[in-house]
Amino acid sequence: MTDLSLKMLHRFYEQLWQIRFFEGHVQRLAASGEVPGFPHLSTGQEAVAVGVCANLTEGDMLFSGHRAHGHVLAKGSDPYATFCEVIGRQDGLCQGRGGSMHLVDVSTGMLGATGVVAGNLSLAAGAAWAAQVANKEKIAVVFFGDGATGSGVFHETLNLAGLWQLPLLFVCENNGMAEFTGREEHSDVAKVSAFAAPYGISAQTIDGNDVLVVNAAARSAIQGIRAGSGPYLLECMTYRMAGHYVGDAQHYRSKEEMATMKEKDPIERLRLHLLAKGDSAEELEAIMQRVKAEMTAVVDRARKAAHPDPATVMDYVYSADFPGREENAKWN
Amino acid sequence: MELTFIDIIRRALDEEMDRDAAIYLLGEDVAAGGAFGVTKGLVDKHGTNRVKNTPISEAAITGMATGAALCGLRPVLEIMFIDFATLAMDCLVNQAAKYRYMSGGQLSVPMVVRTQVGAAGGAAAQHSQSLESWFIHVPGLIVVAPSSPVEAYGLLKSAIRLSDPVLFIEHKRLYAMKEDLPEGAGPLPIGQARVARAGKDVTIIVYSAMVRTALAAADNLAKEGISCEVIDLRTLVPLDIETLLKSVTKTRRVVIAHEAVEVGGVGAEIAARLGSLAFEELDAPIVRVGCPFAPIPFAPELEKALLPGSREIEKAVRELIA
Ligand SMILES: Cc1ncc(C[n+]2csc(CCOP(=O)(O)OP(=O)(O)O)c2C)c(N)n1
Repeated sequence: MTDLSLKMLHRFYEQLWQIRFFEGHVQRLAASGEVPGFPHLSTGQEAVAVGVCANLTEGDMLFSGHRAHGHVLAKGSDPYATFCEVIGRQDGLCQGRGGSMHLVDVSTGMLGATGVVAGNLSLAAGAAWAAQVANKEKIAVVFFGDGATGSGVFHETLNLAGLWQLPLLFVCENNGMAEFTGREEHSDVAKVSAFAAPYGISAQTIDGNDVLVVNAAARSAIQGIRAGSGPYLLECMTYRMAGHYVGDAQHYRSKEEMATMKEKDPIERLRLHLLAKGDSAEELEAIMQRVKAEMTAVVDRARKAAHPDPATVMDYVYSADFPGREENAKWN
Repeated sequence: MELTFIDIIRRALDEEMDRDAAIYLLGEDVAAGGAFGVTKGLVDKHGTNRVKNTPISEAAITGMATGAALCGLRPVLEIMFIDFATLAMDCLVNQAAKYRYMSGGQLSVPMVVRTQVGAAGGAAAQHSQSLESWFIHVPGLIVVAPSSPVEAYGLLKSAIRLSDPVLFIEHKRLYAMKEDLPEGAGPLPIGQARVARAGKDVTIIVYSAMVRTALAAADNLAKEGISCEVIDLRTLVPLDIETLLKSVTKTRRVVIAHEAVEVGGVGAEIAARLGSLAFEELDAPIVRVGCPFAPIPFAPELEKALLPGSREIEKAVRELIA
């Protein structure tokens, strides 16, 4: 953990702020009605995205769920194209067909977010299987919430991943909540990592709000997977500082709880770490201000981007070799 | 040489695997031959890497096939009975069907899901259903339902070569049917219906095992002087509406028959389409023949009582002509 260069630490700091500001804009614009649908923010959970993705290459394949903005940005997607997608513009990653819950960016290996809880797990296992048969060092990574562990396909996928020894990293972002209810109402199994052992999968529960801890744990897990030691489950204990979705009034949270949020904030924790290492507060403030200005410029540009042409609504339902293409287009 | 439906599917899979190294088979017991022996022996030739047994995890294996298809493989997944596709619905409907669209064309899912429908021999309510209409309702899926061994050979080859997810529906009562595979047989067009028998009085629109039944009905009706045109849809998505319109314009009367429950079935969709596109051409209301609104029963006499057959088709045709 200590061998990280200052450059790397600053990169983390930037990335954390990048996600934070990106989602701040999503929240702001959602309130004014500029964001269709119901975006879910990862505010407070950014360290998981940044710490894990720091150890991935472009060839590695990523899958995520409904809270995916951070993962997509940390995997290297262009913030402009990502923001355009979230607000449904033609310049968006998916040309406005996917939106916040269905972000895909093939150019970075972000192969898909899904709005169906646990729907991404088996897809990631399939990608890992493809990597395995191709004999590549590539791995697949899937981010999911603790709520997904109540789904049958979570267990089916763990079983298959262990059985086939797939190069797959399961990353559980355990924020202790699924929508408006706590984990204790969902399962008597407190730790998600406990599900791994019966399926022959190595696992660890870590502090997911410390980007350095996440980075180190992800690095060693990923090294193991690349070396052929099979799948790994990394449970990152974290905290969702925002509501479940933008607009969630969070009646289920007490004032006391809200007041302790700052202590958990992964950005604040990295800031304190950097200060302790000798960075000045001004230097860190300057990094933050730079990222902030960049993101504001990105969002200003995205808001001016063209909306998709309604005439293209039937594009992409099927591939070019689909024999019913012309007939299908007539529906519109 | 005569081959059964099962032998012919196996041959198509084998030849396609020879042709394209990206094709992988997976499913419950497929390396062991599968529940009906379709994949028997393929593991010996292509190896356990390409012919993979899976646990009984329909949701996860369908997801894995989809994920692998996103990453360059061309998986052919077997779902043993379409009744069990219920367990894979999230993946089929929410993921595989929509991936290309949701990603703005960045990714596609070249996957074939082979599955099997139909009532036979007391398989009863959970191993006999014909659930194809659920899937024609989902944009992004292709649905193929061959009516004979030779048809299945050509249609499966085409299905495997497409870039989008295909539900390939086999019928268990066709599995033992034998046909000669003609010299030089190859892929058959997806989305082109076939006039299985030409006629002038009534058009009978069918697919899968019902084609054979309709041909038998047409034989019987011919003896009474009624000339039936039997159209084998071959593919339910895409639907070859042109061929249907051509036939309807000629015969002016339509019976649509399928083994699936009549309510909300494929026939309902076709009847609505023909009703709006060819209203002026029709001399009589379109008639549907399908299963009554009940589960498939176990006892043979009950099963027989429920299933629509050539008698029901004949009755429908006679009433139309009268
Ligand atoms: C299959 C399914 N059921 C229900 C929902 C509605 N839903 C969206 S997010 C969510 C909670 C998920 O909790 P968790 O997986 O822990 O992720 P988190 O929201 O905490 O990030 C639910 C129930 C859904 N999207 N998919």
